[in-house]
Amino acid sequence: MQYLLMIYSEENGWNQLTDSERQQGVAAYQAYTESLKKAEVLVGANRLQQTNTATTVRLVDGKPQVLDGPYSDSKEQLAGYYLIDAPNLDAAIAWAARCPGAAHGLMEVRPVWTAPYDAPSAA
Amino acid sequence: MSPSGGERGAEVAAHSVAEAVARRSYGKLVALLAMRTRDVAAAEDALADAFAAALADWPERGCPANPEAWLMTVARRRAIDGARHRYVGDEVANQLTILADEIDEREAGALPDRRLALLFACTHPALDAGIRTPLMLQVVLGLEAKTIASAFLMSPAAMTKRLVRAKTKIREAGIPFSVPEREELPGRLAAVLEAVYAAYAEGWTDPVGGDTVRRDLAGEALFLAQLLVELLPGEPETLGLLALMLYAQARRDARRDAAGDYVPLSAQDPQTWNTPMIDTANALLRRASACNAIGRFQLEAALQSAHVYRCRTHRPNWDEIVQLYDALLAIAASPVVAVNRALALAERDGPQVALDALEPYADDPRLVDYQPYWAARADLLARAGATVEALGAYDLAIGLERDPAVRRFLQRKRIDLSSAKS
Repeated sequence: MQYLLMIYSEENGWNQLTDSERQQGVAAYQAYTESLKKAEVLVGANRLQQTNTATTVRLVDGKPQVLDGPYSDSKEQLAGYYLIDAPNLDAAIAWAARCPGAAHGLMEVRPVWTAPYDAPSAA
Repeated sequence: MSPSGGERGAEVAAHSVAEAVARRSYGKLVALLAMRTRDVAAAEDALADAFAAALADWPERGCPANPEAWLMTVARRRAIDGARHRYVGDEVANQLTILADEIDEREAGALPDRRLALLFACTHPALDAGIRTPLMLQVVLGLEAKTIASAFLMSPAAMTKRLVRAKTKIREAGIPFSVPEREELPGRLAAVLEAVYAAYAEGWTDPVGGDTVRRDLAGEALFLAQLLVELLPGEPETLGLLALMLYAQARRDARRDAAGDYVPLSAQDPQTWNTPMIDTANALLRRASACNAIGRFQLEAALQSAHVYRCRTHRPNWDEIVQLYDALLAIAASPVVAVNRALALAERDGPQVALDALEPYADDPRLVDYQPYWAARADLLARAGATVEALGAYDLAIGLERDPAVRRFLQRKRIDLSSAKS
């Protein structure tokens, strides 16, 4: 099954880090990405720009309404994601727990919609 | 056209075999049907179809030699058809076919027991904590949603909705049907133990075995507790739970006299208790306490052990019992524990102290229809001389009791009290 591991974290936390702390942070994510590749579970991953670059769009009376900023104004924001292929939720949770995001923020694990009823991939 | 006597006899026999298999094997069959697809609801549907087919087929052709395998074969075929019908892709149907092949290779009657994996799936931390026990009762033991709802003080509609939601999450989120790794096991176990005990408590409330839904529950729960002890011989709470259930089981029949009337613990003859069961429970509790990790079930078992000791020796040990309840209240506070503690307190310090101890719970909404609370209050108030209030509490206790024998017992106590008053 494919799972999206979403990294939610406080953006200010990153901004307040020193340069060497940031380097360490980036290195931790690189190592994590590398281990996902080695285990052949990585499908895709991206880090997102901060929410001051976000724009929300919706149709109001048939016309697009465009607003500056992210949809949710909560303290923790979506900062990036990993898309992985894991045999089951326990395996996905184990990978989520290893992600640096679980330490500086929190991880949300969501199975990917494929069919009305998805069979588990070969375990 | 009315069926002949022979046909009716076959029908009755088929019914009782189907019922027996349903009680004994329900969870085992659900576990086998759902372990690959993780689709508990589809497994339950297929199994329900198989039971219906059995009731149509068995009276005509006779009960099969291995009813469990027969049901499994039919249920599996229904599940494959169902999967195709829902256009869910060949993979699911293929997996069910593989499963079928694996099972057909086995000796008749030797279906593998995957109930433990099912137990852990139903109590997975990714599921809402409040639904884990009900889910396990339904999926593993085959309890109906309305029975579970009443045990958990919830409306049947709300319970059904929550059960469906939990099953959907198991399927869609890919919650595995497996026994957790050693390190994770103790943490995951607490929820399993809770659910097993809840199942036992449901069975315990039907002392005469008149209710077919509940009749075998105590036995099922004992089986599951035994299985858990075998799997985790070093886990003290598992040992404690089995000990607790065995103490209760040993006194199960002593709760009724020859006339079918209710006999309270204080009036039971310890000679009628099942001594080997009590010995086994004592040994389990000793093994548990050697682990030096106290927990809720060990404390509750220790309380049962203390009751057994007092009744056998006629030496009051209420001080010890109150202390055990204090410890229990500290780690697992609930109004239920508070009610039982108050009853022990009454024996040690008198009824007024007990009533004072219950005062903080007077407005607790969880106690409004909790029968043992009103029975306890009635008894304490009567002993404290507050006859009018006691009579009112007896009315509520009698009105809330579903066991006719206990109802008669309470009615007699109420009559004694009101005639003493006049």
